[in-house]
Amino acid sequence: MGDVSTIRAPSRRERGHEPLVEAHSLTKRFGDFVAVDGIDFAIRRGEAFGFLGPNGAGKTSTMRMIACVSPVTEGELRVFGLDPRRDGERIRARLGVVPQDDTLDLELTVHENIYIYGRYFGLPPAVLRERAAELLDFMQLSERAHDRVEPLSGGMKRRLTIARALVNEPDLLILDEPTTGLDPQARHALWDRLYRLKQRGVTLIITTHYMDEAEQLCDRLVVMDRARIAAEGSPRELIARYSTREVVELRFPLGAQDAAIAALDGLAERAEVLPDRVLLYTEDGDATVAAVARRGVEPESTVVRRSTLEDVFLHLTGRSLIE
Amino acid sequence: MSAGPTLRVIEANARAYRRTWRGSIVTTVVSPVLYLAAMGLGLGSLVSHAHAALGGVGYVSFIAPGLLAATAMQTAAGEAAWPVMAGIKWVKTYHAALATPVGVVELVTGNLAWIAVRLVITALVFGAVTVAFGAVPAAGAAAAAGPALLTGMAFAAPVTAYTAVSEQDTRLTSLFRFGIVPMFLFSGTFFPVSQLPGWLQPVAYATPLFHGVELTRAVALGLPTAWPAAAHAGYLLAFVVVGWAAAIPAMRRRLQP
Repeated sequence: MGDVSTIRAPSRRERGHEPLVEAHSLTKRFGDFVAVDGIDFAIRRGEAFGFLGPNGAGKTSTMRMIACVSPVTEGELRVFGLDPRRDGERIRARLGVVPQDDTLDLELTVHENIYIYGRYFGLPPAVLRERAAELLDFMQLSERAHDRVEPLSGGMKRRLTIARALVNEPDLLILDEPTTGLDPQARHALWDRLYRLKQRGVTLIITTHYMDEAEQLCDRLVVMDRARIAAEGSPRELIARYSTREVVELRFPLGAQDAAIAALDGLAERAEVLPDRVLLYTEDGDATVAAVARRGVEPESTVVRRSTLEDVFLHLTGRSLIE
Repeated sequence: MSAGPTLRVIEANARAYRRTWRGSIVTTVVSPVLYLAAMGLGLGSLVSHAHAALGGVGYVSFIAPGLLAATAMQTAAGEAAWPVMAGIKWVKTYHAALATPVGVVELVTGNLAWIAVRLVITALVFGAVTVAFGAVPAAGAAAAAGPALLTGMAFAAPVTAYTAVSEQDTRLTSLFRFGIVPMFLFSGTFFPVSQLPGWLQPVAYATPLFHGVELTRAVALGLPTAWPAAAHAGYLLAFVVVGWAAAIPAMRRRLQP
């Protein structure tokens, strides 16, 4: 019999399942303010992982710690198995970062922004010229390659920021609220590009306060609220676990909502009363609408829809995602 | 500190400068030329060449190295103020650089190194102008680039630290209004500090610009200095080192809280 102490399970690295990013009790404080309060998560290679939550939930602080630009206050964080405290430079060499605010050099051209950024990674000029052309093509910016950045639209600047973040062919792309402030058309164009990146096998971390964005892009996500993780899972799992299949939204004439609420009692598995409407959580929306009518309640408008992550968030926190 | 990323910060600055150098020409060359013409030739014609306090040289020769040192100060302080604020706050290019293998030490050091490059170019161009004015011998003008560089860096490093802790750009304007401009006028650039009222002289001696002017003038014209040259240089070097050492943690607190 061999010495038991020398027998060990194969490490996760050996099994090829080592998470790309792993956090245990990860904490970030600014003075007395707790931005991230002891969270745990693990992000696997090739997945699109989301941090969903309202502004101020701690998403950006978490991203900044992963990107090695904000020191960890407490707890464990490993990125590519490395410690950001010691190996920031090595980790950043393999990351692509799309920050919340654009950080493009407005005086330079589109091409120069990618070129200079690529030089920070030590990439040779010949490689960069080739890669910049490819990336601008992929991000549909080739025609603007030699224009200055300043007059570009918000959507184009975001696409350029993403192109720039891909210049070092990162193993992990971090996107902090990639579509905030963009019009619907620009958002969809961007989602399309991110979806293609995902198909190419790029691991994505996305923070957002748009539930549709999270549903569209994320394989798995955590819902953050007040510096903590409130729930974790795939969008479908979260909806199945925390919400019902369908939701009936009832709007009432001004002042009539309070009176109606009492009459709705027991019609749904759960009800949420918002300032402007009542949400009834139910497996069968049409049946619930019929039951509402039978009780003689007459809402101004009735909508039956599928549950979304917004409902999950509302259930978990009692608050709407975007206030 | 890693050499590669530091060099690339210098390179990035150089590339950006290819687009912006025209604007900087006015401050670095044209204004000193105007000063040299107005003060050196215009006002200088009223100043007795034999005045002992001038060290036995003509007025235009007296102020040419002084202006060189003062221009180095202004260029360096300017480069360490607004472009640094832009990198931190307005355009956020520093945040972009720090998302790459570049760290705060490399960023600060690379930017200061780039300012040094700018200072050498400025000093050589300015030196050529002083030679054209007949104010300074060619060899002296070339050699004076050294002390002018040291003078500039004695401002670039601490002003970088100052900018890193300044929330608003009004602080930068104040620095120039209450620091840089008075130094420009009263630290021996246009007249010897010995001409100041007695109580004001120690203040002038404490300014880095005074030591920069003394050193630059001595090298350009072969004049004696108030202190041994090494003491002037050491005083300036202390500003460089302390400023650099202060700028790094200040920038880290600002950019990587």
